[in-house]
Amino acid sequence: MASKAGISTLSRQRILSAWLFLTPMLLVLASVAAYPLIRTIYFGFTDASIDLIGQAQWVGFRNYLEYLDYGDGEGEYFGLLVDADWWRAVWNTLRFTIISVFFETVFGLVIALVLNREFRGRSLVRAAVLIPWAIPTIVSAKMWAWMMHDQFGILNDMLLRLHIIAEPIAWTASPDTAMLAVLIVDIWKTTPFMALLILAGLQMVPGDIYEAARLDGVGPVRLFLRVTWPLIMPAVLVAIVFRALDALRVFDIIYVLTPNNERTRTMSVFARDNLFDFDKFAYGSAASTLLFLIIALLTISFIWATRMNVEADER
Amino acid sequence: MQPLKALATAIIGSSLMVYSASAAELNIVHGAIGKDNEVLRAELDRFEEQTGHTVNIVSMPESTTDQFGQYKLWLAAQSSDIDVYRIDVIGAPQIAEHFVDLTEHTKDIIGDFVPAAVESQTVGDKLVALPMFLGAPALYYRKDLLEKYNEPVPKTWQQMTETAKRIMEAEREAGNSDMWGFVFQGAAYEGLTCNAQEWIASFGGGRIVETDGSIGINNPKAVEALELAKSWIGSIAPEGVLNYKEEDARGLFQSGNAVFMRNWNYAYALAAGDDSPVKDSFAVTTLPVGAEGEKSAATLGGWHLGVSKYSKHPEEAIELVRFLNNYDNQKERAIITSRPPTLNAVYADAEVGEAQEFIPLWKPVVDNALPRPSAATKRKYNEVSSEFWTAVHNTLSGDGSAEQNLRKLEARLNRLRGSAW
Repeated sequence: MASKAGISTLSRQRILSAWLFLTPMLLVLASVAAYPLIRTIYFGFTDASIDLIGQAQWVGFRNYLEYLDYGDGEGEYFGLLVDADWWRAVWNTLRFTIISVFFETVFGLVIALVLNREFRGRSLVRAAVLIPWAIPTIVSAKMWAWMMHDQFGILNDMLLRLHIIAEPIAWTASPDTAMLAVLIVDIWKTTPFMALLILAGLQMVPGDIYEAARLDGVGPVRLFLRVTWPLIMPAVLVAIVFRALDALRVFDIIYVLTPNNERTRTMSVFARDNLFDFDKFAYGSAASTLLFLIIALLTISFIWATRMNVEADER
Repeated sequence: MQPLKALATAIIGSSLMVYSASAAELNIVHGAIGKDNEVLRAELDRFEEQTGHTVNIVSMPESTTDQFGQYKLWLAAQSSDIDVYRIDVIGAPQIAEHFVDLTEHTKDIIGDFVPAAVESQTVGDKLVALPMFLGAPALYYRKDLLEKYNEPVPKTWQQMTETAKRIMEAEREAGNSDMWGFVFQGAAYEGLTCNAQEWIASFGGGRIVETDGSIGINNPKAVEALELAKSWIGSIAPEGVLNYKEEDARGLFQSGNAVFMRNWNYAYALAAGDDSPVKDSFAVTTLPVGAEGEKSAATLGGWHLGVSKYSKHPEEAIELVRFLNNYDNQKERAIITSRPPTLNAVYADAEVGEAQEFIPLWKPVVDNALPRPSAATKRKYNEVSSEFWTAVHNTLSGDGSAEQNLRKLEARLNRLRGSAW
């Protein structure tokens, strides 16, 4: 009994000091994350306009959904929830995320496996691989925009010389290749990030497991599938979550490479257009709110789904 | 007591004088293309010399849409960082309330300015910005190639299409495989709105939104205009034109790889520059018409200087605006950057005419230029323009026919308007 009381005093103290340590962080988070978020959500329910924010009036759910009655029994729905442009942006974002994260994971895994081997100059290669990721996105997007330029671009020049294409491709302009162009740049840029995270996971795998497997005469493919993959799986999943979160709010690459193009407009670009270019700050705020909800929902469900898997594997 | 008071007065007085004569630091923001930055810097250096103030240039990206977004953010934050904004001709009605009314400060000189320019910057009774230079696009053409193939300067868009095709094909056969017929601004941005409203208006298809706010953009003439433009893509214009802005088009034309180009006046000085491969072989004319009897339409462009209401040095800023738009500076800009001035008198200046032969000829074009519907659609203009360029861009890239896209556009504009603009 006495010992129990002692523990609870101790744990109470620990809880207290934990709160003490956490409070500054919570305050900072509240002011830089929670406050802007709540304000954005609030503006989504008003008729705010960017340069006259003080005059915002509460309008309820109108930015999301509104039924306009024509008075003769007919009517129409308006608002973000029935806005085809918005859903197109959502679909573009999801498509971009799924394809880019898939390829980044595959390429990242391959690069990580190579870098995990001992060879001369490994640290140099490891540093070199990181370069695309280290270049600011705006810079690399602009660089690629020039490389993909239909008349002056080096990409078309190389493909033409190799006789892979007969005519220059307008990479960023043509509706058929706009998304492809964006994907190429994003995959080029972010694969190193995946490689790095997966490499960290690979280096956690103890070497004696491989030694034991080799003594048992396990082939390389089986070794990867049965030993390496299950062990690095948690690290890969974490990397995928990070990457997917990033990809879902993709903005800069698209804004530089293919601005104002319906084929590549993502949720963030849609929100920005409405917030700053159009006189629709409130509508843009509503879009930002939905963007936040969609990302939160996807992340939670992804973590939930994969944690189940991880647990199943451990059993 | 008396001497003390005198002394105090003297000290206060002199400190006030020092204060009012003290040098202010001003910031001017503009989006530079071509030679804008160098010319502005040179003019600012002279201003600094004369007044003792310092002026910094804040430079913006080429796209006017991007510039305007940033301007709105600064103005919304009531930032005093920027004193003088160079705003696009379409900007004034949307952000008028953030600028100092220049009516009183310019009433002694405003009569010398091109009326259409002043009108475009007047919202209600307020003069939002003092016109700096105008833009009225031209059709640039390769006179050497036209002579070589014995073709006249085209009067209609159809003629231009045929001439471009003929010369392009002949030149390609002669081994010039990079040759194209026509380049313009086809990226999905404000520039495409300008290009496309010229096609439509010169076909007799009216404006995107008429001055009274009515919408009649879905009409057979507009369809015809867009269908012709659609036929250019991939035939006389590279498919990449769908992502070209001003400088991309100029790059192609100036390197000698295009027969025709639609561009603003700034490109003239650069294409005629010493390092330009086409400096002796091109000329400009007014934009073609849709059919005989129609009028050529040139979008009224231009950039104008407004003084932020949130500036800490409004008086110095107004002084700067007046200085930059005085006769000498306008004349210098006309000669160096080949942009049409906003002072009537500069058009008649012999030296300007000698350096840029087209400028005197451009006065009627400027006087009759086609404004964009920014006054009619007020704060919704950016969205109207975006709807319009999306419809045009979709048509050009083969995403739906001209008819479908215009029908959709009209419905969407009607909805956007609601009960009133």
